[in-house]
Amino acid sequence: MAAPGPTHDGSRDREPPVIEGDYTFASVTDKISAIVLAGRSPRFWYVGFAVGFVLLQALLVSICYLLLRGVGIWGINSPVGWGFAIINFVWWIGIGHAGTLISAILLLLRQDWRTSINRFAEAMTLFAVACAGLFPLLHMGRPWFAYWMLPYPNTYGVWPQFRSPLVWDVFAVTTYATVSALFWFVGLIPDLATLRDRAERRFARFAYGILAMGWRGSAIHWHRYETAYLLMAGLATPLVVSVHTIVSFDFAMAIIPGWHTTIFPPYFVAGAIYAGFAMVLTLAIPVRRVYGLQDFITERHLRNMAKVMLATGLIVGYGYLMEYFVGWYGGGEYEMYMLNNRLTGPYATHYGLLLLLNIAIPQLLWSTRVRGSELALFLIAMCINVGMWLERFIIVVTSLHRDFLPSSWGMYAGTGWDWATLLGSIGLFLTLMFVFVRLLPMISIFEMRTLVAEEAKPAGGRQP
Amino acid sequence: MSRTRFWRSLDELAGDEELLAALHREFPENAAELLDPVSRRRFLELMGASLALAGATACVRQPAERIVPYVRQPEELVPGKPLYYASAAPRFGAAHGILVESHMGRPTKIEGNPLHPASLGATDAVVQAEILSLYDPDRAQVVLRGGRITTWEAFLATFAALISEQERRGGAGFRLLTPAVTSPTLARQLQLLQQRLPEARFHAFDAAGRDNLRRGALRAFGEYVDTCYRLDRADVIVALDADFLTAMPGSVRYARDFADRRRVRAGQLEMNRLYAFECTPSPTGAMADHRWSVRPSGIEAVARAIGSRLGLAGGAPALPEGIGEAWIDALAEDLRARPGRSLLIAGDAQPPAVHALAHAINAQLGNAGETVVYIDPVAAAPVDQLASLTDLVAAMGAGQVGALGILGCNPVFDAPADLDFTAALASVPVRFHLGLYRDETAEHCHWHVPEAHLLEAWGDLRAWDGTAAVIQPLIEPLYDGHSVHELLAALLGQPERDGYDIVRATWQEAWEAGGLASAGSASADAAPAGAPVAGRTTGAPGVGAAAGPGNDFEAFWKRSIHDGVIPGSEAIPRDAALRADWDLDPGGLPEEGSPAEVAAGRDPGGAAAGSEPAAGQAGGAESAAGQAEGAAVEVLFRPDPTIHDGRHANNGWLQELPKPLTLLTWSNAALLAPATAERLGLANEQHVSIEVAGRSVVAPVWILPGQPDGAVTLHFGYGRRRTGRVGTGTGFDAYPLRTTAGFWDAPGLVRRAGGRTRLATTQHHHSMEGRDLVRVGTLEELRATGGIDVPGGHGHPPGPAESLHPPWSYEGYSWAMQIDLNVCIGCNGCMTACQAENNVPVVGEEQVRAGREMHWLRVDRYWADRLDNPETFFQPLPCMHCENAPCEVVCPVAATVHGDEGLNEMIYNRCVGTRYCANNCPYKVRRFNFLAYADAEGGGVRQLGRNPDVTVRSRGVMEKCTYCVQRINEARITAKNEWRPIRDGEVVPACAQACPTRAISFGDINDPDSEVSRLRAEPLHYGILTELGTRPRTNYLARLRNPNPAIAGDPAGAAVARAADSVEADADAAIARDTDPADTAVAPALADSRGLP
Repeated sequence: MAAPGPTHDGSRDREPPVIEGDYTFASVTDKISAIVLAGRSPRFWYVGFAVGFVLLQALLVSICYLLLRGVGIWGINSPVGWGFAIINFVWWIGIGHAGTLISAILLLLRQDWRTSINRFAEAMTLFAVACAGLFPLLHMGRPWFAYWMLPYPNTYGVWPQFRSPLVWDVFAVTTYATVSALFWFVGLIPDLATLRDRAERRFARFAYGILAMGWRGSAIHWHRYETAYLLMAGLATPLVVSVHTIVSFDFAMAIIPGWHTTIFPPYFVAGAIYAGFAMVLTLAIPVRRVYGLQDFITERHLRNMAKVMLATGLIVGYGYLMEYFVGWYGGGEYEMYMLNNRLTGPYATHYGLLLLLNIAIPQLLWSTRVRGSELALFLIAMCINVGMWLERFIIVVTSLHRDFLPSSWGMYAGTGWDWATLLGSIGLFLTLMFVFVRLLPMISIFEMRTLVAEEAKPAGGRQP
Repeated sequence: MSRTRFWRSLDELAGDEELLAALHREFPENAAELLDPVSRRRFLELMGASLALAGATACVRQPAERIVPYVRQPEELVPGKPLYYASAAPRFGAAHGILVESHMGRPTKIEGNPLHPASLGATDAVVQAEILSLYDPDRAQVVLRGGRITTWEAFLATFAALISEQERRGGAGFRLLTPAVTSPTLARQLQLLQQRLPEARFHAFDAAGRDNLRRGALRAFGEYVDTCYRLDRADVIVALDADFLTAMPGSVRYARDFADRRRVRAGQLEMNRLYAFECTPSPTGAMADHRWSVRPSGIEAVARAIGSRLGLAGGAPALPEGIGEAWIDALAEDLRARPGRSLLIAGDAQPPAVHALAHAINAQLGNAGETVVYIDPVAAAPVDQLASLTDLVAAMGAGQVGALGILGCNPVFDAPADLDFTAALASVPVRFHLGLYRDETAEHCHWHVPEAHLLEAWGDLRAWDGTAAVIQPLIEPLYDGHSVHELLAALLGQPERDGYDIVRATWQEAWEAGGLASAGSASADAAPAGAPVAGRTTGAPGVGAAAGPGNDFEAFWKRSIHDGVIPGSEAIPRDAALRADWDLDPGGLPEEGSPAEVAAGRDPGGAAAGSEPAAGQAGGAESAAGQAEGAAVEVLFRPDPTIHDGRHANNGWLQELPKPLTLLTWSNAALLAPATAERLGLANEQHVSIEVAGRSVVAPVWILPGQPDGAVTLHFGYGRRRTGRVGTGTGFDAYPLRTTAGFWDAPGLVRRAGGRTRLATTQHHHSMEGRDLVRVGTLEELRATGGIDVPGGHGHPPGPAESLHPPWSYEGYSWAMQIDLNVCIGCNGCMTACQAENNVPVVGEEQVRAGREMHWLRVDRYWADRLDNPETFFQPLPCMHCENAPCEVVCPVAATVHGDEGLNEMIYNRCVGTRYCANNCPYKVRRFNFLAYADAEGGGVRQLGRNPDVTVRSRGVMEKCTYCVQRINEARITAKNEWRPIRDGEVVPACAQACPTRAISFGDINDPDSEVSRLRAEPLHYGILTELGTRPRTNYLARLRNPNPAIAGDPAGAAVARAADSVEADADAAIARDTDPADTAVAPALADSRGLP
């Protein structure tokens, strides 16, 4: 993405602006902080939160039953040892990529259109990683020993097996979660101070005051903030690439045909960004409508995100193609069988659906009209969300269900508990998301103020 | 524990040199610090704190346990060291010699008795599984009267009165029903009872009895004789629907002898040749060099055709379709070329005519006395069981039976349906039942006495060759069980006599009379009137006395018990002269028809009029009609391969053991040929209604390649209405279709019925997909080239050899396993042995369907070539213990690691259950405790039977074959105590030990002279998936076939290494459910495959 900066000379004035309407510093602040500080939320919030909360209860019930009975309540079996839990893990982790990418990489690339969506996307990242983090724990046979994965000194004198990609995963995901959380929080501090200052209720003042960590907006604060934020962005950038690379190693390091392939790291990273942007769109489109934020999250944002999706989607498509090419070129008997089995075997329907949702439908994004339509974008993003889940299903299940010895081939299907856990994790995500929207500014206030100033300068028509 | 005291004791210890040394060993990292006087103080501070914390965490109060020491230590008992006792277990009614491993008085494992001729150290799955039955909490536990709990004493009192009342009437109206009596002691007791009650009648019935064998002998020789086969002497074997490898008395021994003639090694390129004509696929057919599927009605024609070519009179009828005249010519020529070295075996289910034909052909070929040995019947008082049971039912119906004892059988469940045993039983005033379970018959009896398990009581049994063995108890009866001998002693008015005295008395008598070989057999006189009695020479030579050590009975007795074999008790081979009229005169037996009638399709009972058995080649027009009307088929009744006639239905190991060939567990099914299923438009698991003589049952379909078209096999034994929690309600009951006339097969109708039953199979895919997993060649090929030519086979590089790292050099031992596919008969005995040895849990039908069976060792079965008569290959698959194990590197917590003797070790305690290892195992031998399977098996009594040397795994833990590491360690300890290395053959894993054919070898490949090292140098040696670079330690010897070069065009005779035929894919489409979770459309897939070679 080499989208140019804000319009300077009118040569690109067909690009819609990143902020619309006539806003002043004060009105921007008012508008965004009012969502949090105003006493009432729109009905949409209550409905959405209720849905999320109900699903969250399904998750809690599923987890309780899981801990009581064991992972046998799921559909996993002997050839297919990993099922929904790992699929969901990879799916959520993928979704969790967009936030950091938008915040860090686009910050470093000075893409100022990121400003109005980065907070939102970062929060999404954090919650997606939280959902993702649940699954590796739950999927273990004995989750109460999860800490054995960590290299801690113990009386056995045993370390984790550092050659295992699962241990790399532990490091990669925890690092990513930590850095994402810090990055998000640091970015929130000036806004938390704003909320502290504007909050009327005692408790809110107190809470935001604690979280603002004594921010007074002095020049030194701003200077340090900018430095720290940039450093964090620098730190987070390689993580965007490394996390999903390492998650892909869970598969690529194994010898199973369909897993054991060098294309996985780039293909997974592209897929992650793809999925992440789709999820940002899925959330941003309704939120922007409900809270009347069309001026902040403009058509420009939607179009840009659509372009990112199109580009990463094509990379993913290239990945699918190369899997076949390498399989054929390599001439491996098991690899070829696996690929044919994907196309024609018992999961062919799943694979066909995956190609449709992930590759075919997103090609509509070539059209400017589609990119400009909220509804179309929302639907396409939904398709990609489902498609990316199916992709992980295909990778995990079709590779495992028929590997080397035909005698042990089998089938896999999720059980009710599998679905309950998946839907429950969506519930967790939604709940966290709605709580976030209610309690924290979903758009960075102070960065929007900067944007107001910058927009005002070159065009000259707008009042600061 | 006060804090001050705690510190004080630590201070005391701190000065202790031993403690320092211990700390040094325990914490090497801190060792240097410890020597530093300054930081040592700090270290002790830390230690103090951590000890205090350790104290805090160790506050869980352990439950108090009382240890009761032996006041007098039993002489041979060393805690932790198992003891082995010789005994015998019944199998197909005959004794199978066993050694029972006992840990501190608890029997835990059954192994074969190397001294026993039926075992030679091996066992099959059923015998192995007896240990689980011993600890079955569902076994009958108390004496019942009318369903209410009472006591053994009450039973004794009642029956003392009953017997004395009977005695006054001479016993008229007193009847006993038992299985065929192969226990000399039981025979003696029955004889005594007969003397006491001269008018009493004793009947025998087995649902899978050998009436046809007896009738065949009667027809051929005019007397009852038993037939023993000497497969070690046979060069050419023809099996006429005879599964002699797994389903006959003595089959474990037969398998061994058969395999010994197929063990091809460099420099010894000789093999026997097996032709099999089969009505339903069996391991024997799978091992055959030529196999043909024949409907039951066609077997006699085949036998006659062979006979006529060998010069027997009678003419040759038309051969069943699918069998070429030229093939029979070649077969007969092959037989003729080896007089005295060939062998025909007729199956138990075959009609007497086929048995007689087999006898005649064997005589013609000079095989009698060479490969076929005739002996006096092993069963005491052999009778025609069906006639005997029919008599009994008639007598019951006529009100002539005043008291009936049913000892150790279950006729309410398994008697032929047309007799309506249950209804007749109701008219008997006094009915008592002795049985392991409170079963269907127990429900219909006034009295039920729990039978003692064979490991709980004294007894004796004869093997198929007459060798007698004493059954000795390993444990006091767990419940209120009594042996049949104790019950009969009570009937004889000697309730105080215990089993030991009774059995010993039998043998003392026999020993003193010098007739060990015939002990207990003379009660033939007690056979019901009218039944022919074998012309036993009463003055049988007293070999027993000659073999006995001097005149000291005590020494003889002790040795007999110790060895598990009574010396000199084996039957003496005898001559059996063929009657002149063996073929022409049917001997007045009821089911005989003229040969022409038989060949045209038997309809013995005259039942199901109008049905035409040979509907095999129905065209398309007929098939449409067939769907509506049902197709006429021959219905075969066969005992179930694992639960037999239903007696083992409550045994979880046997229920979960995949049945050879179908690989079904927990259920039976209507086995249909692919072509039959296609005609009826049936797919696996759909219901069919099978009608025989007006009775019908509904059964799920299982399509079995190799099943003859137009024949439906029903395994009986399932559908138990009353046994235990494990067996009740599994499968469907086929007995209602079985009648005295159609005892083994009957014409019937199959039609589609709505509905579907999910079946649990352990293998869904049956083609090798062109992968060279089981390598197959022919003997000719091996002779010509010194190897077998498999694409990517022998001579193929064993995988990437290049590595940056030098190979690990093993000091000491380096264990490896070698499995000879050429002798593996796919009996699955190793699987149960492994399950018993390693405490492998039973998971249940639902979990097997979910693909979660726990067997550490599985026997894969592949089909290749034609769908109607496929090549069948077996491949036992334990853990490969790869040198570069893919599972090891992916475990995040290092719960699976490589041992210093090459073993891929699994540390259950460390496992957190990520299942990554199982995913990454290319052989898929790892098994995961998805749920708490071991707990679900129940604590209590079941726990007693577990092997104390092997951990019971908890939920969420991965497990797999360990090469029986506990046995390796036991051998290591023994060897170390004797200051010597472990000898070759000293470590025998449970699978290798049980294997009837000794297909599995285990040993140290660091020792160039060990068996495994030698086998690794064989030309047939290969490893599977070696191209992955895993370097498996479990390797194979390729499968060989020895087809008759004169038989061309026969599927089995063609070069067989081509496993990649496209046919297989179609076969899979037809058979495997996994291609489509919904009903697979069989018909199109099958239609595609039919035109192919």
